[in-house]
Amino acid sequence: MKLPAISYLTSIYLFFYIPIAVLMVYSFNDAQYSLVWHGFSWRWYQELMADTDLWIAALHSLLLGIAAATVAMCIGGLAAINLYRYHFLGRKLLSALIFILILSPDIVMGISLLLLFSFIKIPLGFWSLLLAHITFCIPFVVVTVYSRITSLDEHIFEAAKDLGATDLTILSRIILPLLWPAFIAGWLLSFTLSIDDVLISYFVSGPDFEILPLTIYSMVRLGVKPEINALCSILFALTLLLVIASQLLLRKKP
Amino acid sequence: MQYGSRGFRAGKWYCPMRHDNKVKIFSLSIIWLWLALFALLPFGLIAVASFLSHDQTNLLSLPLTFQNYTTLRNTIYLTIFEQSFYLAGLCTLICLILGYPFAYFIAQCEKRLKWLLLLLTIIPFWTSSLIRTYSMITLLKAKGVINSILCWLGIIHQPLPILFSDVAVMIGLVYNLLPFMIFPLITNIERLDHRLVDAARDLGANRLTTFSKIILPLTLPGILSGCILVFLPAMTIFYIPDLLGGSKAMLLGNLIQNQFLVAQNWPLGSAISIVFMLVLVCLLLIYWRSTRGKAKRTLA
Repeated sequence: MKLPAISYLTSIYLFFYIPIAVLMVYSFNDAQYSLVWHGFSWRWYQELMADTDLWIAALHSLLLGIAAATVAMCIGGLAAINLYRYHFLGRKLLSALIFILILSPDIVMGISLLLLFSFIKIPLGFWSLLLAHITFCIPFVVVTVYSRITSLDEHIFEAAKDLGATDLTILSRIILPLLWPAFIAGWLLSFTLSIDDVLISYFVSGPDFEILPLTIYSMVRLGVKPEINALCSILFALTLLLVIASQLLLRKKP
Repeated sequence: MQYGSRGFRAGKWYCPMRHDNKVKIFSLSIIWLWLALFALLPFGLIAVASFLSHDQTNLLSLPLTFQNYTTLRNTIYLTIFEQSFYLAGLCTLICLILGYPFAYFIAQCEKRLKWLLLLLTIIPFWTSSLIRTYSMITLLKAKGVINSILCWLGIIHQPLPILFSDVAVMIGLVYNLLPFMIFPLITNIERLDHRLVDAARDLGANRLTTFSKIILPLTLPGILSGCILVFLPAMTIFYIPDLLGGSKAMLLGNLIQNQFLVAQNWPLGSAISIVFMLVLVCLLLIYWRSTRGKAKRTLA
């Protein structure tokens, strides 16, 4: 690669990462408002530890993320396998629907689910959030698992069928052992999406069930405080680890 | 992340030796039920709600009316629509100009380096956009990092009022949505057949001709899906104008959010969303038409 290309790539990456780096550095700065470096300190992290409301919100988010990712992984994974393996009525429609769900702006999904929940009288809280999160995670699991499934050797299925394996046997003895990395990657990405989502949760959450992204949003609206820097740094580091783990799992073996 | 990259070709090799469809029926009915109940039905409800009347106590009520749509012809709403289109269009253009060379360079890299660079691009794609927007505030505010550096360098003497302006909203939008442009572009450019580029050069085409006649048409599907993925969220991520633009900036997303949660006028909010969905459908039709015949469509 030539020098202009390298410098161009570097400057875009700097654009991506400098704001986050600045945020993280200032979460360790021992000063309330000043931008000047007042020395390293864990102060903001300690204040964060003492805030029980935040801990409850974090716990809620964790619970929600784990539940949503698990259900989405099962439903989305099965859907991807079906899209690949079978011819069925409405197969094109299903793939088009998943395509549209990925494209459709979060806010539309948010208000449509708000309308649904008020229509079938589901109170806004844990269950409404869970249903919403599962719904927006499913398409991403389908895409992740589907792109992986196409790398399998088709003849394995033919051989298994030939030898008399039932569909359930093929699923449990061939597909799952070969595709588990894609399933886990789908789970991790769903968990990341769930724990970071603001736009959809904003519409379908209730006062009884606070979740972390919305708490952060309301804190941020009130102004910049070093504790938020600390909280955002932790959350960013966590999702960073999950994303890297999922990409390592999806990495094609050379 | 490649969707439909090899085309859906299921069933070709499948010969039904046994009629054993329990697994198939079970899993298909779950996904269909789920999507019908939590995706199709809710979208239908928006359409229905957009024809209902506004009622303070019940939120939605009969009679059916077209009034919500006629209200939208009001100049206040038209201005917001116009402003949203302008800002989102500008954001899409900036993302395309910044993202195309970026994606092109990455696609040229050798395998190991490419994986690392792709990972570095995926990270902003998947991590919280709220947190990244918040980090922008630290940079842009009056006593923020950028102003301090500029003052220290002696370029400016008074801090620039960047935060709470349209410029800040634009920086925030581009910062958040650039990965959505880059990703489909990379997957598309990666599959570009370089023999075609070599052939064009061989036959005497200069760089500009090669780019406009060969590279650009072949990467058009990637460009279009990138543009859709940037344009639509750009109009609706309401927390970016909310946090970076103060109360001045009002985008379509802010308007919808406002109608649903502040003004409590659900029918009007639904009507705005329906108009917005029509824009989405038009964009998708353009996308489908212009990539028809080309077997490979990509989506991040």
